[in-house]
Amino acid sequence: MTTLIDTLSWVLLTLGGLSVLIGGIGALRMPDLYTRMHAASVTDSLGAILVLVGIMLQAGWSLATIKLIAILVFLLLTSPTSSYALASAALLAGKRPFAETGQVKEEST
Amino acid sequence: MIVIFGIFLLTLLVITAIAIVRTDNLFVAVMLMGIASLLIAANFFILDAADVALTEAAVGAGISTVLFLGALALTSERERARSSNRLLSFTVVAAAALIIIYATFDKPRFGDPEAPVQTHVAPWYLEKTPEYIDIPNVVTAVLGSFRGYDTLGEVFVVFTAGIGVLFLLGGGTARGSLPQEKINEGLRHHLIPRVVGRVLIPFILLFGLYVQFHGEYGPGGGFQAGAIIAASVILFALLEGEQRALSVVPERALLGLIACGPLLYGGVGLAGIVLGGNFLDYSVLSSNPVKGQQLGILLIEAGVGISVTGVLLAIFHAFAARGR
Repeated sequence: MTTLIDTLSWVLLTLGGLSVLIGGIGALRMPDLYTRMHAASVTDSLGAILVLVGIMLQAGWSLATIKLIAILVFLLLTSPTSSYALASAALLAGKRPFAETGQVKEEST
Repeated sequence: MIVIFGIFLLTLLVITAIAIVRTDNLFVAVMLMGIASLLIAANFFILDAADVALTEAAVGAGISTVLFLGALALTSERERARSSNRLLSFTVVAAAALIIIYATFDKPRFGDPEAPVQTHVAPWYLEKTPEYIDIPNVVTAVLGSFRGYDTLGEVFVVFTAGIGVLFLLGGGTARGSLPQEKINEGLRHHLIPRVVGRVLIPFILLFGLYVQFHGEYGPGGGFQAGAIIAASVILFALLEGEQRALSVVPERALLGLIACGPLLYGGVGLAGIVLGGNFLDYSVLSSNPVKGQQLGILLIEAGVGISVTGVLLAIFHAFAARGR
């Protein structure tokens, strides 16, 4: 049973790490802000869920698991909200999506 | 393994620091400083310094980023052109760096059990805390009781800094009544952040109180809790407009909080003298010395939390008032 839980947790943690990596690569290589945010959201959603559930399996039924669930709920509430705020601020500031313009503007960072 | 993680995090920290120096966009620099704070907080955490990590994350990455952004809103986003005398500054920095690197040769090796920090007073604290104070978190015992004078000094530093910033920015001045659209500022037209923020603010406040009063048992205490509680009010101010936040916690109340913290701390210290002990000797506060110590730590932590909350909120409002 312990081996099963350990294996499952390591699979989840590895998948979580992989999705964080994919999100990072996407955030670097996508053409404009909106597609980059789209790629980075893999880190926030899938990566966070997989990693936290993986850690929860390691923690077992304890107070730590409750805290991890609270962190997960907090992340699932805040990261879409901050993504929304970022995207809407960018749109208000006049950044057009890549799909509309079809050309990559020079990113100023 | 810890060493590898530590080197990894510190390498990232150096990269972030170089990026902060090289960018001339101050907004980017502020964001990078938040990242640097989080990195050093993670590094503190893997070194088992959970209290310091929590402080760094709450104050460094959280509140100071907000305050820096408030300051940026008053100035420009771009750095001014550099002065021509770069050779001199480079020489000064290089000399200082060489001295620091030379000084590290005298430091004990990482994790050395014979290092002065492990052999001086730390074993005594670890041994005597269960006997004298009987709380699980030795950091709180050291900070609140054994080193109560230092923490009193820190509270007065926070107090003085808050007053200094208020003087510089001209906070605390009475303002006339504002037009209705000014009162309805904030992100009131953005439904999603408002709804989510309203759901989260009570829980952030609750978490702040948990950090405040759980400091004896786990990582936490007045400094971290003050920053978290201030953050929840600042979030409210950003969502609902600064005026509404001011009507919840008026400026007069904030000034009261700023004064209240050091007064409470000093009052607990004086109570020790009145009851026949020394300054900041909590043992005499109760008939049982251990209970007295616990009560004293609870009270001075509350003083720290009140003071930090008041100062941070007052500084935020001073920046916001300046921007109008």
